[in-house]
Amino acid sequence: MSRKIRILISKPGLDGHDRGAKYIARALKDAGYEVIYMGIRQSPEAIVKTAIQEDVDFVGLSLLSGAHNELFPEVVRLLREQGANDVIVFGGGVIPQEDISYLKEQGIEAVFTPGTPIQKVIEFIETNKERVLH
Amino acid sequence: MIGKLVNGIIHGETRSIARAISWIENDVPQKEELIDALFEHTGRAQILGITGPPGSGKSSLLDRIIEQERKRDKKIAVLAIDPSSPFTGGAILGDRLRMQKHTVDAGVFIRSMASRGHLGGVAGATSDSVKVLDAAGFDLIVIETIGVGQTEIEVMNIADLVMLVLVPGLGDEIQALKAGVMEIGDIFVVNKADKEEANRLKAEIEYVLHLKTEDEKGVKNPIFMTSATENTGIEELVNGLHEYMQRMGENGTLRERRRRRVTLELKKIITAKIEAHVHKFLETGNNLDVWIDQILRKKTSPYKLINEKVIQILKELKEK
Ligand SMILES: Nc1nc2c(ncn2[C@@H]2O[C@H](COP(=O)(O)OP(=O)(O)OP(=O)(O)O)[C@@H](O)[C@H]2O)c(=O)[nH]1
Ligand SMILES: [Mg+2]
Repeated sequence: MSRKIRILISKPGLDGHDRGAKYIARALKDAGYEVIYMGIRQSPEAIVKTAIQEDVDFVGLSLLSGAHNELFPEVVRLLREQGANDVIVFGGGVIPQEDISYLKEQGIEAVFTPGTPIQKVIEFIETNKERVLH
Repeated sequence: MIGKLVNGIIHGETRSIARAISWIENDVPQKEELIDALFEHTGRAQILGITGPPGSGKSSLLDRIIEQERKRDKKIAVLAIDPSSPFTGGAILGDRLRMQKHTVDAGVFIRSMASRGHLGGVAGATSDSVKVLDAAGFDLIVIETIGVGQTEIEVMNIADLVMLVLVPGLGDEIQALKAGVMEIGDIFVVNKADKEEANRLKAEIEYVLHLKTEDEKGVKNPIFMTSATENTGIEELVNGLHEYMQRMGENGTLRERRRRRVTLELKKIITAKIEAHVHKFLETGNNLDVWIDQILRKKTSPYKLINEKVIQILKELKEK
């Protein structure tokens, strides 16, 4: 038996920059994870469908600015609605401090702001992966 | 647990299908029982392999093929394989990026697969995953391989037919093809036909195929010109795929291939099972270092040592 951690990296919303998301995807690959890269301008519905088909353990959402307070919780809500209860969602982007606690209440388990070393993201995955090993 | 999963799969439920594929990828202990339980529900789907050099447009073309097949109301599943890093084991799976518009279509299921060290252009989990998708009721299952060289040809042992996607401007490509890859293609596609030199590539393929059919005097392999980006030639290609498939059914090729597939599968399972038993019996894990030392100190030689072990095993078998 050989279990691998699978992570979906996606950018919901309308802004078209994906440098950050691509960087994260590559760094997670280098850390030994299998990364499904979905790219920019994804609807929460498409993200959730993909997460389920790919049977991922984590979903990472990246958003430069804007509608994180709507889009991130919507992804969590749709995942749970579809029965994907064990998938762990985290986010990244230019997100003000006061929104972070709101997002955490909504089930986004970690929020990484620009400049966070990638090692923090990997640590987050490593400390939480036991929970998703089925 | 398995009963529930099997039930979900044969009812085409996405989460069960996806989880079953993970079981296969992770080689969980219940895997064999699951596949056996699904077996009676398999055998209905058509299985198409798409292969070709990196960047030749396999995923883009597949995106277009899905479009056509959905118009004909077929349910389609895709297994898209990308390589795992041999150093970290990590992978970026990006094929589905080119098939985004089908994401929310309930009649399409796309799964990315890392090769996880398996050689041959597919993953070790690919062939069993095809069975899951077959049992789930997909009409067409497409396997996109990682970009081929000359040894990545395992897809021909899994698919009913293989489409080889080539593109103009790869220089020595056709040379490599002469050396072997051409044999794996049933249907040939010159993609990026919007580019110059596509016609010349077609002529070269025709020439190589001419050599191939001359000594086999078998079926003619069709060649199609497509542009995935400009959406040209796709309908002809899809019609061609259907015609070819039908011909394979009529002239017995399909039956032959499926028979061959079972043959290879059985051989593979026999080898794997026997190997596992032998290692267990001989306690290879514990003893290997000792054996190696004996050989290095010239106390014995490799054939002699192993033949003694084999005799030991055979004796044990007789006594039982
Ligand atoms: N001009 C032109 N470009 C194309 C065509 N088909 C695909 N491309 C481009 O070729 C590049 C590679 O396409 P993919 O579909 O990812 O190719 P692939 O064979 O799946 O690539 P790998 O899976 O990485 O081996 C992309 O930039 C496509 O836009 C075509 O018909 N014409
Ligand atoms: Mg591809």
